[in-house]
Amino acid sequence: MLGNWFGSKWDWQIFCKSNLEDTRYPGCFGADGDITYLQWMISAWGWTLSVALLGLLLALVAGSLVGVARTVPNRALRLFGEAWTELFRNVPLLVQLFLWYFVAPKAIPGLQSVPSLVLVVFALGFFTSARVAEQVKAGIETLSTGQRNAGLAMGLTLAQTYRYVLLPVAFRIVIPPLTSEAMGIIKNSSVAFAVSISELITFAMQAQEETSRGVEIYLAVTGLYFVSSIVVNQVAVLIERLVRVPGVAGVEVGR
Amino acid sequence: MKKSLWLAAPVLALAALSASAQADTLSKVKQSGKFVIGTRDSSAPLAYTVGNGKYTGYHVDVCNAIAEAVKKETGLPSLNVEYALVTSQNRLPLVVNGTVDVECGSTTNNLTRQKEVAFAPTTYVTNVRMAVKADSNIHSVKDLAGKTVATTNGTTSVTLLRRHERATGIDFKQLLGKDHAESFLLVETGRADAFVMDDNILAGLIVTSKSPSDFKVVGESLSEEPIAIMYRKDDPAFKKLVDDTVRDLMKSGELAKLYTKWFNSPIPPRGANVAIPMTPALKNAIDNPNDNPAESYKK
Repeated sequence: MLGNWFGSKWDWQIFCKSNLEDTRYPGCFGADGDITYLQWMISAWGWTLSVALLGLLLALVAGSLVGVARTVPNRALRLFGEAWTELFRNVPLLVQLFLWYFVAPKAIPGLQSVPSLVLVVFALGFFTSARVAEQVKAGIETLSTGQRNAGLAMGLTLAQTYRYVLLPVAFRIVIPPLTSEAMGIIKNSSVAFAVSISELITFAMQAQEETSRGVEIYLAVTGLYFVSSIVVNQVAVLIERLVRVPGVAGVEVGR
Repeated sequence: MKKSLWLAAPVLALAALSASAQADTLSKVKQSGKFVIGTRDSSAPLAYTVGNGKYTGYHVDVCNAIAEAVKKETGLPSLNVEYALVTSQNRLPLVVNGTVDVECGSTTNNLTRQKEVAFAPTTYVTNVRMAVKADSNIHSVKDLAGKTVATTNGTTSVTLLRRHERATGIDFKQLLGKDHAESFLLVETGRADAFVMDDNILAGLIVTSKSPSDFKVVGESLSEEPIAIMYRKDDPAFKKLVDDTVRDLMKSGELAKLYTKWFNSPIPPRGANVAIPMTPALKNAIDNPNDNPAESYKK
């Protein structure tokens, strides 16, 4: 429809085709319970975003806690943080996913009835949390020890020092690397296809097989991943701008 | 200008790649001295691995005969026969783009695929049924209501199951395994109640599993489909060679012998017997060699 590629015609109308019959719907949305490839792809996109965003939420919460734990004076907490980080970042993501999905339920009977979405979110979230922890720790360590000591000297407790002195600056510093993680988790969510989540890659593999229009299908899926990542990136830029404090974390005064 | 060049680079690279895919398989083999057989690792007894990169099975035997014929035809003193592992998802593109010359696995011959590739005369006719645990109370497709059903991503069974669900109004949850081994693992670990797939694949997975007696194949046939060896389209010389080789195997009774060897005798690695007798549909396909697509098998 939009020209040719290597002698074969584009067929973008394939997305308006029912995934059961040969019917093509003019509005690209099926009727009477019929689903078009477009609807299927949108639902798959929803799964991809659900997995990625829930995973990101878990990664940010767990990663921040672990990152902080690695900088406190308490030795046990520091060791726990180190162990967590090394465990989750040194095992391949796909292996972690299989461990959660097939191995852990053997050891912990209750896990068998947990929806696979939750298990994927655990795998993806904990894997990414190790990387987030590393960055949060780096952000805190960038600050001079004088800040921590000043806070404590003013009579703040350790928790208060973190809450009011260290973390507000440290988090501002690590927004850019955290943005990369957030974009990365969207792309990493494609591993969910390996445990039967009906996300974009699962859709692409099955739909290209059914329609033989692999190029159109994969281009559309590529586009959706690209759009998702760009949106995450722009949201992060917006957050960075909103929370900017002149004179802090490399922002010039008076800009 | 610079920007448009940067955009053009990947497009040019793609064009170069697609141009390198050759139509004439025999001259390509003659030139490179290499014949590549695409095969599967868990489609016993048609094509599977027994470890150490060794592939074996009913269709692998047929393809070895084809490789012999290619060697004779090209007159090469020694032909380097390579095996390449393919999957349900990549087998078609790899045949089309020339990475493998012939695919010997468990590929259904249907009209959609015939638009892209060609098929040798049908060498196996499969019935789509389901594998369940031996103690399961699923005996027929109607028992699937409310159950979780596994099938493999990139196969015709997915569409088949969807159509069936629609036609009968039986509601079940569908899980797509990334390959046959994983779909089977879904049943083994209790994540799915049944695995719907070609009977030969199910029987093969069961005989190569840890404890074959824990599983059984049940249910009526959802569909009868021709399985055949696949190769590039629009290559008349290679087509004649492959088709003649397969027809000769059929006429001489050699194929029936191969069938007995793989479907009715103990096979590696555990010496279990698949025990699928030859169906009337396959007998017919051997008596009248043809490459009719699955669509012509529908009753």
